[in-house]
Amino acid sequence: MTSEIILQAIVTGLMMGLIYALIAAGLSLIFGLMEIVNFAHGEHLMLSMFSSFWLWSLFGLDPIFSIPITILLMAFCGIITHYFLIRYILKAKMLIQICATFGLSIFIRSIAQLLWTPDFRNVDKPLLEGRLEIGSVFIGQPQLIASLVCLVAFIGLYLFVTKTETGLALQATAQDRHAAEILGIPSNKMFAIGWAIGLGCVGVAGGMMANYFFIFTDVGINFALFAFVAVALGGFGSIIGCLYAGVIIGLVESLGGLLIDPSFKLLYVFAIYLLVVIYRPQGLFGRY
Amino acid sequence: MDNKLIIAKSEPLWNTNNRVVFLISSLIILLFALPLFGLNSFYLHLFIMIFMHAVMAQSWNVIAGFSGQISLGHGAFFGIGAYATSFFYIEYGISPWISMPFGILVSGFFAILIGIPMLRLSGHYFAIATLLIGISFQVVFQRWDLVGAASGLWVPMTSEDSWSALQFHSSKVSYYYIFLVFFIITFFIVWLLSRSKLGYRLRAVRDDPQAALSLCINVSNYKIIAYVISAMIMAPMGSLFAQYILIIDPDRVFNIEISIIVLLITVLGGIGNVWGPIIGASILIPISEYSRIYLGGTGGAVDLILYGLILMIICIFRPDGLISFVPKDILERKKQR
Repeated sequence: MTSEIILQAIVTGLMMGLIYALIAAGLSLIFGLMEIVNFAHGEHLMLSMFSSFWLWSLFGLDPIFSIPITILLMAFCGIITHYFLIRYILKAKMLIQICATFGLSIFIRSIAQLLWTPDFRNVDKPLLEGRLEIGSVFIGQPQLIASLVCLVAFIGLYLFVTKTETGLALQATAQDRHAAEILGIPSNKMFAIGWAIGLGCVGVAGGMMANYFFIFTDVGINFALFAFVAVALGGFGSIIGCLYAGVIIGLVESLGGLLIDPSFKLLYVFAIYLLVVIYRPQGLFGRY
Repeated sequence: MDNKLIIAKSEPLWNTNNRVVFLISSLIILLFALPLFGLNSFYLHLFIMIFMHAVMAQSWNVIAGFSGQISLGHGAFFGIGAYATSFFYIEYGISPWISMPFGILVSGFFAILIGIPMLRLSGHYFAIATLLIGISFQVVFQRWDLVGAASGLWVPMTSEDSWSALQFHSSKVSYYYIFLVFFIITFFIVWLLSRSKLGYRLRAVRDDPQAALSLCINVSNYKIIAYVISAMIMAPMGSLFAQYILIIDPDRVFNIEISIIVLLITVLGGIGNVWGPIIGASILIPISEYSRIYLGGTGGAVDLILYGLILMIICIFRPDGLISFVPKDILERKKQR
């Protein structure tokens, strides 16, 4: 085991981690806003990858150029989700909220399986191809660009939430929706915006991953699990926590796979999750 | 919150409405008499599946309905039960009747092992942790060579019907009665549980952990007790299922679909109610079997689409499940003066 291989694993883990971070940020934003965990998050990721794939396959649009369309589609999907499902269960018990989004995830996944069959697909000859060689470390170009775009999107999201007026209104709603309503912030509209932005993040990640990842109907499950773990690790509702947690998970996944056994990647991440929630239930950057 | 909690005090366990006694006993007699009318094997299979899923959902009902912890990985205990009987039967020829209690114990042991660290978590954290556990079991068994790894275990067929090997090839009637007996036993266990002090304490833990704590109810201990009971109800169903289909593999018995369907049945029927899983199973299983017959075969997962849709509709319009359509005084105990 040479140091080059370990360095390679660290770089790979870092690049994956940034993507996990963005996916988790979408989840965390939604949770922070209305205390609902979106169990259909992985299926939304799958949808965004498929949107990227179909735009390429039907219209010849490269995944890089179709990103804005994918984001818009996913934002629209978020608003629909809020309008047809989430707003009815806002006041329901937690059990019902979990069951409802869980039901949504089964529904989306099986519809996708019916429409598109469970075949594996990939985008053939995208614009981003090949790899860079820095020293002895190989970096896939699409992976590198994807993680950089995710990082930029993450910073954009963070600035949006902390600096703009809408972002501050979102935070106000997250803290106390009734007080925010008294101040003239319509919470229903804020929830819809939260869903649109949350799924927009997923759209960025999915669209970039369509460049190099296999696209199939079950693709979201693992990503969603890692996103759940990242959100719990970073602290439910903390956006900046997601960045650290995503990177930690990416590193644990790739280093654990290298040093121990790659077929049990999920278990290492799971172990990290357990350790954190047992010893620090509020997560690394939790609010309470 | 349940007002019953406040007035709950020890009362005779059998202080039951006459109507309920009549309902239960006539139902049992009807179910025992049913195969005498010469059901064909499809209907027998349908009933067997209903009994099996009702018991599995009943198990989930104990942890989720009574103690309020949402487990999304309950398939793990089903798989443990299935592997326990099949493995010992194939390797050592031990009768499933002997290894089934062993599977139950192992299942309970794992529930304690999982429950001690996890049941300190609450709400979403526990749900996500159990989701991960369900998948971890599948991953481990897919790569565990001793138990056949991904290809699973094939239970060798006996040449003729045998009670000791729990295999019946000539007719499904024996399977029907075995599943029926387990169904009835589980129903009574959970029924007694729901009316015992333990049941009331569990519901107190569910409705208000702080208040329960202030009444000297050790919240996390009671959650673990509920989890263990729930796991021990689940395991024998895995064992019986393995003997029923005679081939098990990780993708079948640890499938996340099992965890989903128990949740769906319970929520559909009515969560936290002994009748909920029974109503849910007897509506959902026929829908799923018939949709597989008439709409399946195209490679599509039509029954799963229906599950998802039903789950969302129930959550939006009837969060208390179909049981809430039944007038309350039919199933409640006699009013106390």
